[in-house]
Amino acid sequence: MVRTLLVRGLLLGLLAGLVAGVFAFAVGEPRIDDAIALENAAAAPGHGAAAEPESATHGHESGTHEQETGKHEHGEEVSRGTQKAGLFLATGLYGLAVGGVFALAFAGLRGRVGPRSDAALALAAAGTAFAAVIVVPFLKYPANPPAVGDPETINTRTLLYLAMIGVGLLSTAIAVTTARSVRGGPWARWPAAVLAFVVPVAVASLLLPTVDEVPDGFPATLLWQFRITSLGTQLVFWASFGTLFGWFCDRAARAPAPAPA
Amino acid sequence: MSTLSARHIPLSHLVPWLLAVPALLLLGYLVLMDNGAVSQTGGYLHELMHDGRHLLGVPCH
Ligand SMILES: [Zn+2]
Repeated sequence: MVRTLLVRGLLLGLLAGLVAGVFAFAVGEPRIDDAIALENAAAAPGHGAAAEPESATHGHESGTHEQETGKHEHGEEVSRGTQKAGLFLATGLYGLAVGGVFALAFAGLRGRVGPRSDAALALAAAGTAFAAVIVVPFLKYPANPPAVGDPETINTRTLLYLAMIGVGLLSTAIAVTTARSVRGGPWARWPAAVLAFVVPVAVASLLLPTVDEVPDGFPATLLWQFRITSLGTQLVFWASFGTLFGWFCDRAARAPAPAPA
Repeated sequence: MSTLSARHIPLSHLVPWLLAVPALLLLGYLVLMDNGAVSQTGGYLHELMHDGRHLLGVPCH
């Protein structure tokens, strides 16, 4: 049973990752190209290159070991064409990893928390995961295109991002516990659950430091388009994965029941 | 079939499979967050999956 769910999660996660990759390729790559074009224009001689002395140009080979993060010499190690193919590798492997973890969480939740039907549970769990793990960190630390962000702060930003994922998961647990303990029907339960989710997220967002590394003069429209596209990529992934996983569960349930183990 | 006891999977069935979780999290880390420290490829993986990292919304450069 667990094995079946895990295999299903891995395969459907991979598939949904590739679907999200198609969306990201079609809608997102033009935005990335625009951002890189701006970055290259800014790095051109006599156009503010002095403001970015070392970080924009030094390669991986040359630098010290621990701060080996600052580079954007696209076309040196990996060409843009290869990076665009790498996009599908990234979203596919992301889907594989997420799908596997989701399937095991699903196996644990099944019959304990959430809707009784597998299909409804799959959709509810995917929607909840999207809200907790994607939307919550996005609201505080939204996605940035290349050319936005200080390479020196990547470790700090990664930790803050992980902290917001933790906040999202913890708030979900608080909301579920609240929903289960409140009496008085759905009109009491739902607002209580939403409040129990939103309040910790809002408090954490206010307490955690803000990151503002958008360069002066970076077009606001391009930033907005990139951020929406990034959120859209995750939405495509979670919507297709939740639907596929639920659909396969539903199909399996309609098949003749296996002999009880 | 629809009763809780019939539908939930006993924890004893679930626990051995949880060993897959660290491997899956490592894979996610390599795709989304590694900057060469774990993969030891000098940032090659980072650059290869760079567009994916940005479009999946994780912090990058
Ligand atoms: Zn990067």
